[in-house]
Amino acid sequence: MAYSRKVVDKFENTLNNPKAFNVGRFDPSEENIGTGMVGAPACGDVMKLQIKCEPQGNTHVIKDVKFKTYGCGSAIASSSELVEMLIGKTLEEAKDIKNKEIVDALELPPIKIHCSVLAEDSIKQAIEDYESKQ
Amino acid sequence: MSTQSTIYLDYASTTPVDPRVASKMMKFLTPDGEFGNPASRSHRFGWKADEAVEEARSHVANLVNCDPREIVWTSGATEADNLAVKGVARFYKSKGNHIITSKIEHKAVLDPCRQLEREGFEVTYLEPSEGGVINPEDVKAAMKDSTILISLMHINNELGSLNDLTKIGNIAREAGAFFHVDAAQSTGKVDIDLSKLPVDLMSFSAHKTYGPKGIGALFVRRKPRVRIEALIHGGGHERGMRSGTLATHQIVGMGEAFRIAKEEMKQDNDKIKAFHEKFLREAMKIEHAYLNGDLENKVPNILNISFNFVEGESLIMGLKDIAVSSGSACTSASLEPSYVLRALGRKDELAHSSIRFSFGRFTKEEDIDKTLSILHNVVERLRELSPLWEMHLDGIDLDTVQWSSH
Repeated sequence: MAYSRKVVDKFENTLNNPKAFNVGRFDPSEENIGTGMVGAPACGDVMKLQIKCEPQGNTHVIKDVKFKTYGCGSAIASSSELVEMLIGKTLEEAKDIKNKEIVDALELPPIKIHCSVLAEDSIKQAIEDYESKQ
Repeated sequence: MSTQSTIYLDYASTTPVDPRVASKMMKFLTPDGEFGNPASRSHRFGWKADEAVEEARSHVANLVNCDPREIVWTSGATEADNLAVKGVARFYKSKGNHIITSKIEHKAVLDPCRQLEREGFEVTYLEPSEGGVINPEDVKAAMKDSTILISLMHINNELGSLNDLTKIGNIAREAGAFFHVDAAQSTGKVDIDLSKLPVDLMSFSAHKTYGPKGIGALFVRRKPRVRIEALIHGGGHERGMRSGTLATHQIVGMGEAFRIAKEEMKQDNDKIKAFHEKFLREAMKIEHAYLNGDLENKVPNILNISFNFVEGESLIMGLKDIAVSSGSACTSASLEPSYVLRALGRKDELAHSSIRFSFGRFTKEEDIDKTLSILHNVVERLRELSPLWEMHLDGIDLDTVQWSSH
């Protein structure tokens, strides 16, 4: 497998210590929660990302994140990596996150780029869901 | 990462060379060994090598009960499949242009069939049963006046499912078509008696039966005679069917491996049957685990199971000290899930979630126990990470969800 040590470590750490790596769920009906779910089981990966936000000044800040991912090792590692990037960011900053940052952080092989695209899509969807509730 | 601490459960992919085989092979390489060219007729070096090659040929013939003169050495089962399929089609093209095979054949048969289609042949790809078995009635229904060849595997490499060679062969005989069987997974696992089976050509591999990689053989029946057009020309070795200097040490290795297979088949299989029973019983205690294959019609050394709501590649990564393979897209270069599992007509999700465990001569009971315990643990952990499992627990039917495809 052409995986970097970083992908393997991230995957194993998330698997072995899910709570510390933000695996879990928020109640999606709460007003301060935004939920994004992308992918399809038939394609082999589904990512669910939830953000918990708080208003701050004229924007909102991501205070906490939970995720669950069905997919290959790099899909799980990509979601876990994204979650770490999100906490403490404003929604504007979060929208600016590009899949390339995940690719670089995890040294994803070219055939696994779509995992990072999926992660980028999930945060966009979660923010959209949150904003629609405000 | 030491490979020594890793449990090897991928015998259907390849087997280690039996140490007895390796030590025999060593005697046919070095200056103090029998390194001669078996085709050299003018000196002792050649005679000795030729003797060893013919002894090995007898061992192979003996395991499958055919005449040694019906065995043609090839570089492996892939070449044997190519030689059989293209060789028969091209030789008999004036008699007809139709070939029957199935959707779950090895690529070593499917790709030559695609090539023959480009050359003007017509190929029918049969659908297997849900368990991966070809129904002989479907073969009969697909027969045409122009059918010259049926090529079907004996044991499916991903599922372990078994085809009925007698029934299918009789259909071929009645219609005057040739029957080729890829038996790469069969030797040492099931009895093969070519003196009785209505099979015209059969492919064998050494490295699935504790012999070396890079050597195989094709059985080409003499009575009734089957003729094939050679793929490789250059010296007319192997009765003109496969030219090239014979690889004495490889051939000796295959011969020795097949000799041992005949002697120890029962002992190997008794052990593996017990492992299969235990593994299946314990693995199926995991909720939503599904057997891929036909329990009534399969060999015990291959066990293919889907663990729903868990993706196969992540399961393989989780089972990091265990060597297994998966039908998951993510383990293939093409990002497509296994075409074999998809052809069974089940949901793609189950192909993505599949793991093939295959046992062999050097598998120990503690390997089975350790694997089962890790498997239970990792499936549970991955499900904790899986949004699909969460939805399933919430009572959501995943088939009714509108997924965003990508």
